[in-house]
Amino acid sequence: MSDSHATSPTFADVTRDVARTLAPPGNLYFGWMSVVALILTAGIVAWTGQIWWGMGMAGKRVPQMWAMYITSFVFWIGIGHAGTLISAILYLFRARWRTSIYRAAEAMTIFAVMTAGLFPLIHAGRMWFAYYLLPYPNQRDLWPNFRSPLVWDVFAISTYLSISTVFFIVGLVPDIAALRDVSSGWRRRIYAMLALGWEGADSQWRHYRRAYGLLASLATPLVLSVHSVVSWDFAMALVPGWHSTLFAPFFVDGAIFSGFAMVLILVLPMRHFFGLHTYIQEKHLDAMGKLILVTGLVLTYFYLCEIFTTLYSGDDIDKASLFWKVTKTYAWALWLMYFCNCVSPLILFWKAARTSPVVLYVVSILVLIGMWFERFNIIVPSLGHDFYPYTWGIFYPSPTDTMIVIGSFAWFFLLFLGFIRVMPSLSVVEVKETLPPPMKDKAHGSHH
Amino acid sequence: MAATTETLVGVFAHVDTTVRALEELWAKGYHDVTVYTPVPVHEIEEVLERDRPLSRVRLFTLLGGLTGIVSAFLLTIWTSLVWGLVTGGKYLQLAPEGIVGASLPPFFIIAFELMVLFGGIATVIGMVVLGRLPRFRPSRGFDPRFTNDRFGIAVHCAPERSTSVREILREAGAEDVRA
Repeated sequence: MSDSHATSPTFADVTRDVARTLAPPGNLYFGWMSVVALILTAGIVAWTGQIWWGMGMAGKRVPQMWAMYITSFVFWIGIGHAGTLISAILYLFRARWRTSIYRAAEAMTIFAVMTAGLFPLIHAGRMWFAYYLLPYPNQRDLWPNFRSPLVWDVFAISTYLSISTVFFIVGLVPDIAALRDVSSGWRRRIYAMLALGWEGADSQWRHYRRAYGLLASLATPLVLSVHSVVSWDFAMALVPGWHSTLFAPFFVDGAIFSGFAMVLILVLPMRHFFGLHTYIQEKHLDAMGKLILVTGLVLTYFYLCEIFTTLYSGDDIDKASLFWKVTKTYAWALWLMYFCNCVSPLILFWKAARTSPVVLYVVSILVLIGMWFERFNIIVPSLGHDFYPYTWGIFYPSPTDTMIVIGSFAWFFLLFLGFIRVMPSLSVVEVKETLPPPMKDKAHGSHH
Repeated sequence: MAATTETLVGVFAHVDTTVRALEELWAKGYHDVTVYTPVPVHEIEEVLERDRPLSRVRLFTLLGGLTGIVSAFLLTIWTSLVWGLVTGGKYLQLAPEGIVGASLPPFFIIAFELMVLFGGIATVIGMVVLGRLPRFRPSRGFDPRFTNDRFGIAVHCAPERSTSVREILREAGAEDVRA
């Protein structure tokens, strides 16, 4: 591997560079924070209005009782897949390029799932009854229906949020200890508390490494299961366009595709503003570009399969639904999705595009747009054109639900902006692990 | 114990000198050693693993995972029995030949999720308990440099042997040896 221009950083450089990202931020940071907070406030106002005046504010009516909120819910859960993919699956495969981006990706996962988790509450209307979703002992012996995919979803997502958070915290402990030992004052006291007294003693590392490997092994099937379960929310129903065994792998692939796009959207500015070019190198961007390209191609294949199975099935209702999607009211959304998800990533076949932050950024934004519309195209047109013409209908978004969806992005970015200020957004320990260990007797390894 | 042993700490800048010191200590019979490293280092672990058992964290994971599976099946089957929700004209019921009336496979999904949840949480509990975390005050051999870029070997030995230990650490290439 051709290393970058300068000699590779030392262990002390890594600690210093990561600690540097936590220095007091400039006006630009607070400017962004304010913009994001303002948008979030608008979203909260919209939600308050919806609680006050009722669900009609969200433009929900038969047949599209699932519309913007469930679209966004699935979108955000999908975004949350890249983090645990990077931290668990790529860890087990020993993909070394993951080290410099995995912390940011893991944080992104947690924030994305936290954002996604809001939507069922928003969608349910009276969200103070959300605990009805959970099994809890009650006088009337009422229990949730464990044969319903919606209840599986509650379990899958709460497990995913818990395990991702645990994984994230475990990874943070040695890093916070490293920051504790180079900082001073109140920061030092807080880090000392959060580091749990970590010292890097052999007895600690021994259990830590084992625990980390086991967590990764548990999280790996979890990543694949969560979006599969989300896909069954649809696939288990009989609605034309939903009822397909294709859905689980189709959703998981799309989730990874959009998750990586979001990782790039967060990591590229981080790299630029924190000057992390030594750690997040072109080869890392290249690797992420390749993953977006591959998952994009797989997704294209799934789209073709979806069309093929519908045409081949001989089911008139399925065919009619597809015809309607491709040519009628929502056709623009479908073709926008095809363009964003199938055509735009093709540019990443060129290495020059994969290593260009600008191209990657533009492609990532297109991918996110495409993936949001993918979920929209699954939910809204399918519900709007099912078995009987008298149940057909067109959905129009209202200002309230639009504002809440936009506000969810603000909530997500606010959490992420807060995170990069107080926590190491680059893993101190894992980055050090990929450096050649300091040796006295060998000429400092320029080759491996 | 604290009264009769002394802790000597060698500070190293390199992995190979640390390993050399460890080998020397092992050869001379000093096994009561704590090694501090900023990152887990394979070469050092290899030396240490010779006489240290494999971490028992996996036992926690196994027990947690099994607890998850068992509790998930108990929860789903028991609640279906007390609240007979009819789906597809059937509901779960106890009969002389066992549990009949509806399919159990949907419950495997809950079992899988709870296995991962309980297993993961138990793993972390295992790590915390076995790694003796949280620590409220630094251990005797700890130095803040050990989380940054230095490797440390803390040897716990009888006071009369401290000169010999000091020599081993120095000779292997310690930058600094302190008591």
